[in-house]
Amino acid sequence: MIQVRVHGRGGQGIVTAAELLSMAAFYDGKYAQAFPTFGSERMGAPVTAFCRIDDKPIRSREPISEPDVVLIQDPTLLHQVDVFGGLNPKGLVLINTARTLEELGLAELCAQHPQMRMYTLPASDIALKHLGRPLANAAMVAGFAAVTGVISRQAVEQAIARRFPGRLGELNAAVADEAFDWMAAAKEEMAGRSS
Amino acid sequence: MKQQIEGSQAIAQIVARCRPEVIAAYPISPQTHIVEALARLVKAGEIGRCQYLNVESEFAALSALIGASATGARAYTATTSQGLLFMAEAVYNAAGLGLPIVMTIANRALGAPINIWNDHSDSMALRDAGWIQFYAEDNQEAVDLHALAFRVAEELSCPAMVCVDGYVLTHAYEPVDVPEQADVDAYLPPYEPVQVLDPDDPVTIGAMVGPEAYAEVRYLMHHKHIKALEAIPRLGTELSEQFGRPSGRLVDPYRIEEADTVILALGSVNGTIKDAVDDLRDEGWPVGAVKLGVYRPFPAHALRRVVQDAKRVIVVEKDLAIGHGGIVSSEVKMALKGLPIVVETVIAGLGGRPIPKASIVRTVKAAFLEGLEEPHFLDLKWEVVNKELRRQEERRRSGPTAANILRETGPFGVRVL
Repeated sequence: MIQVRVHGRGGQGIVTAAELLSMAAFYDGKYAQAFPTFGSERMGAPVTAFCRIDDKPIRSREPISEPDVVLIQDPTLLHQVDVFGGLNPKGLVLINTARTLEELGLAELCAQHPQMRMYTLPASDIALKHLGRPLANAAMVAGFAAVTGVISRQAVEQAIARRFPGRLGELNAAVADEAFDWMAAAKEEMAGRSS
Repeated sequence: MKQQIEGSQAIAQIVARCRPEVIAAYPISPQTHIVEALARLVKAGEIGRCQYLNVESEFAALSALIGASATGARAYTATTSQGLLFMAEAVYNAAGLGLPIVMTIANRALGAPINIWNDHSDSMALRDAGWIQFYAEDNQEAVDLHALAFRVAEELSCPAMVCVDGYVLTHAYEPVDVPEQADVDAYLPPYEPVQVLDPDDPVTIGAMVGPEAYAEVRYLMHHKHIKALEAIPRLGTELSEQFGRPSGRLVDPYRIEEADTVILALGSVNGTIKDAVDDLRDEGWPVGAVKLGVYRPFPAHALRRVVQDAKRVIVVEKDLAIGHGGIVSSEVKMALKGLPIVVETVIAGLGGRPIPKASIVRTVKAAFLEGLEEPHFLDLKWEVVNKELRRQEERRRSGPTAANILRETGPFGVRVL
């Protein structure tokens, strides 16, 4: 089972990101469960959502406290919420930012956890370009697909088409497309550097 | 066809396919997504001639449905928490009048302190109102139970609640097969009332009765519930044949062969409990589980049969009878009277506190090794409780408890969990 935790703020589409992950997994023929932790849902307040993906039916209902993957859609949370709490030491982190890990002050954390894989993706910039708004969830989901291979590119496209009908769907598909390519290239470049 | 869908949307779809004729609802989290989706379906003309009433309160919602049901209409609403309490008088009346209204409860804690998260305080508070109460383990079951609820309610002329864990299920996206219209139609015939307000054939529904007749009318309500213990499995089997999935089990055992200890619970926590049972079995602990699928009527005989060979039953319940302890465990003790079985109470998940598998496993092992205090509070922060008790002892004006406790725990959302 792959357990994913998504961090962001109210209004950024965090719950939708988890929903898209679960729908994509469903279209790939897997079992998936997505759910939010609702607080007092204020614009800008920290929001967490979860997604489990497995090859067999999922029964557990507890929140994900030991994720394999953490998606951080809002990097300002790095200094407010314990976004890395319980993360699998061999887990994966994807941060929505145009800055480097060094600039975010995460170089030390990376050095401490050599088996952890940490990636960045300028998801808001890509979203801004196509949507005119920094709604980064489709880009983050596509980035997750590109970097993990847990869900397919095609399934992400299907999920987006289902979730956002019409013009909004086309624009989000363009966001996902660019994010997937960007992430795949970045992953290849990182692999090249470490080999 | 299986869809990856939010629980609330799936529930709205099955309710629509049950062809309600009147829906009256007042929005309240976490029930809102269900009634919003139904409002859209009615507006789009997808539920025939169904009337959707936007009312001013939960009390009005159920009162309107009492009128609708008395004229022979299939009637539906959904609510939760304070909404259910506000409706309480009408909840008792719907049952007392024998009107087969179906209501989804998106289970949520009761205030004060105000809390919008999941537990079973709300439906437990109204457990003795005379409504049948189903509890869903997952969203597939939540969907199927709505069709079953209409069928059972209308056969017996008795209202039914389908209790679905708020947020945990209502806001979860998971694979659900919502039965096709033709399958629902084949299972659920049009409503044929046993009593109806008809100007051409006048009757009184809701006559006042004195000491000479009240006990008999109330006994007959009780008698309906006794009949429901037979009707639910029978109509559940019919539903299974139509939809191809098991349904309507009063009690549902999991790995109880040679189980020394059985964990018993209602609702969605049964999923986590099954995972815990698998882990404990892998380590050699003789543990099984039983899900109570129906709480009213209480399936005492079925439960007794299923757990009779166990030595211990651990009831994990998301409620607290203040000043007493466990609500469910008390009834389990009555059901198992005379059998050499220890019944333990674990109060868990209040106000949305997560119930982790690890806590269940730890608690079951503690029950084996040293027994549990009665009742046991799962993952209660005793240090916070004791500090507040000391404060209260130190000075008279110790202040409001909720705010004091929040100062200790920090507000929700800053920590990850």
